[in-house]
Amino acid sequence: MSTVVESHDHGHHGPAKGLSRWLFTTNHKDIGTLYLWFSFIMLFIGGAMAMVIRAELFQPGLQIVQPEFFNQMTTNHGLIMVFGVIMPAFVGLANWMLPMQIGAPDMALPRLNNLSFWLLPMAFGILISTLFMPEGGPNFGWTFYAPLSTTYAPSTVNFFIFSVHIMGVSSILGSINIITTIFNMRAPGMTLMKMPLFVWSWLITAYLLIAVMPVLAGVVTMMLMDINFGTSFFNAAGGGDPVLFQHVFWFFGHPEVYIMILPAFGIVSHIIETFSRKPIFGYSSMVYAMASIAILSFVVWAHHMFTVGMPLAGELFFMYSTMLIAIPTGVKVFNWVATMFRGSITFETPMLFSIAFVALFTIGGFSGLMLAIVPADFQYHDTYFVVAHFHYVLVPGALFGIIAGAYYWLPKWTGNMYDETLGKLHFWLTFISVNVTFFPMHFVGLAGMPRRYPDYALQFADFNALISVGAFMFGLTQLLFLFIVIKTIRSGKQAKPEVWEGAGDLGLEWTLTSPPPYHSFTVQPQVK
Amino acid sequence: MAYIKKVYTRFCLVIPFLFSSLTFTEDSDYNMKVGVTDVSQSIFDLHMLIFWICVGIGIIVFSIMFWSLWKYRKSKGAVAADFDDNFWLEIGWTVAATLVLVWMAVPSTQVMVEAYDDAEGEINILITGHQWKWHYEYLEDEVGFFSNLSTSQEQIDGEVPKGEFYLREVDEPLVIPTNTRVRFLITGNDVIHSWWVPDFAVKQDAIPGFINTAWTNVPEPGIFRGACTELCGIKHAFMPVVVRAVEREEFDAFIAEKVALAEEERMLTSKIWTKEELMARGESFYATNCAACHQASGQGIPPVFPSLVGSEITMFDSKRHIEILMEGVQGSAMAAFGESYSEVDIASVITYTRQAWSNGENGDGVIVTPQDIVAYKNRIDL
Repeated sequence: MSTVVESHDHGHHGPAKGLSRWLFTTNHKDIGTLYLWFSFIMLFIGGAMAMVIRAELFQPGLQIVQPEFFNQMTTNHGLIMVFGVIMPAFVGLANWMLPMQIGAPDMALPRLNNLSFWLLPMAFGILISTLFMPEGGPNFGWTFYAPLSTTYAPSTVNFFIFSVHIMGVSSILGSINIITTIFNMRAPGMTLMKMPLFVWSWLITAYLLIAVMPVLAGVVTMMLMDINFGTSFFNAAGGGDPVLFQHVFWFFGHPEVYIMILPAFGIVSHIIETFSRKPIFGYSSMVYAMASIAILSFVVWAHHMFTVGMPLAGELFFMYSTMLIAIPTGVKVFNWVATMFRGSITFETPMLFSIAFVALFTIGGFSGLMLAIVPADFQYHDTYFVVAHFHYVLVPGALFGIIAGAYYWLPKWTGNMYDETLGKLHFWLTFISVNVTFFPMHFVGLAGMPRRYPDYALQFADFNALISVGAFMFGLTQLLFLFIVIKTIRSGKQAKPEVWEGAGDLGLEWTLTSPPPYHSFTVQPQVK
Repeated sequence: MAYIKKVYTRFCLVIPFLFSSLTFTEDSDYNMKVGVTDVSQSIFDLHMLIFWICVGIGIIVFSIMFWSLWKYRKSKGAVAADFDDNFWLEIGWTVAATLVLVWMAVPSTQVMVEAYDDAEGEINILITGHQWKWHYEYLEDEVGFFSNLSTSQEQIDGEVPKGEFYLREVDEPLVIPTNTRVRFLITGNDVIHSWWVPDFAVKQDAIPGFINTAWTNVPEPGIFRGACTELCGIKHAFMPVVVRAVEREEFDAFIAEKVALAEEERMLTSKIWTKEELMARGESFYATNCAACHQASGQGIPPVFPSLVGSEITMFDSKRHIEILMEGVQGSAMAAFGESYSEVDIASVITYTRQAWSNGENGDGVIVTPQDIVAYKNRIDL
């Protein structure tokens, strides 16, 4: 048999040339790269929409856009950032890093991997094309509550539904691939409780995706039926219930929130241990905490709906269950702090982003805890306080996790070190602008400004002007990030295999050359 | 030890001071409203309690973190220890976190039980959210009215200076008596809206086909301003809530006047109307209720909101025209106006749209009278 293998020409193992390399690739790194560039492009598209929103809200009155277009902007900004930026970026990181972290040559199902990626540009092509149709794109908020999204929606809602279906298929296929890879392709000796935390975070995330994406598909299918085939799932006049929509949507939506943060937990854990030069504190409790957060995420969905008129017992149940989530989340924060304690700490760009992640994500956690308190939520619900809360967990939370991961692994991917001075500049500009943008939102929210308003009362004017200035600064700063990434790909100091001092012992990916070979591990390493 | 005690005492003295500095700021621009009812005040206190607990935890966690970052930086020659677990520490902070949560949960539950009480009120008001206005109906006296934004389009477009209550003023506020238990029954006519008055800490979704309840008991007269807080379409930001609380006698006089007005309105139905009278009434009705979608020019925003200018229906088909106003159009944003408005209003706005924008000259110019609407209703009833 060995002679047959020997006679193969090994030349075809390199990447194909030209466009076909990207269209037909089954290589986990190429697909990871595609995912990351896709989410980067979507970040600028969704970000441009945020700029339109902030430009309109710079001062009271309607100046730049009309409310109908404003609503399309808020809706598409949300959809693109959630489904087009944060999720694909994490999948891209998973594609790059999982095989390298578990000592495998590639993902378990490479062709499926290609399909899951190429579905995404189709889905978002359809979604964004609706903005150019005569009736305009989806304008009912990223949570698309019925009946605003059914009976009262523009007819382009059908494109939106189709696009959500395709995104769901892509996520489910991607998750199947990740679970299969993790369970079947780990290097000998890597038991479950020896897996890197990023692998653990993705294993849990993949299960969440498989559990809830079909629920999302179900709810948009019910909308499709209501709109086109005369059913009345969400129409009270036909025996349905508009609140049913919210229950089903948030049964998907709350686990979705953790889908967008768990992989960031994994990334940040690696970075903090690397730059503290000290192994992560409480590895097993980190794993249990992520698992508990995932399980609890299935029983807290109605805390998004405290004002729909649930009975007292229901309100209290969802308040208590939501408060419980603070325990495992708190444990994670304590563990990160304990990892830094008595370490030997340096402050490279990935570490700066990770420290900011811990601090600002915790602030987002505090406002989350406040929002869980039902009676107080009657005042917070659907105001800018909520907007501040979820932007704190998604921007300095999820997005900082992604950016930190990109800086951390870019030298490994490209073989070149990024420019540390520019990286630090990027961090400080981002850190300042993110707080100028989102911190005052707490104040306008508490003072009574509802979300999704294209125009507002005069008392909110000062803070809104400040928020807009911060937002423009944040948006511009990310162009610097784009520049740094391109510069690193093209040139830079040659990176060593371990890249970061002492990282060689921390994970298998640091034992490979930088950049790593096309098929990461052709011989499985042995894990002690 | 004495030093710690001194610091602790100072700390305890500072907290109430911070509390009060916020509490006494009327209409704070950066904190929750204290409000005027018992419930809103309990909610404010709860909010501040949770806030200060979070601040306390934040100070502890962040101090340890930033102190570690400072103390153990490599540039100062820190050498990493190599511990990576401590069972009792893990158990300790898990238990501590749980205890803090119980501390929060107890007062939260108490305030929740206080706020959530759906017993009948002395006054019961049905609140219906419409795209994009509120309708208030006093159930005991069977009178009701719409409450529309009164800020002018010119102010919104920046053609004239904005007034003090920009986007927070309405043509007719809801009037309620003070020191009376008032119950709100809240529902929606088309999409989901949400009725919020921060001063009462009442926020309740207005859901089509379902009725939610909320209540308040306002101790002092005043004008209280709120907003719609569930995305309900284009004019979501333009349907504020204004409530005027008045002494009981003033409230009774208000209701008596409303009852008399309703009676007068009913008389108008049997009156013989001229085209000019109908046109005048129809024009103002159109501006308040129709122009949001169909535009003041009648041109609409096709294809979502069709143009009324030169349309088959507004020019030649008065029967279908009446039917649309009365029943709405299934599967579109066009609501059924028949239940909510008087025969006179419906007839006048139909007449207005059949005459305005040269529809009269180009079409059949049929005039629809209140009697036609009554006839339509009778035919349906049969």
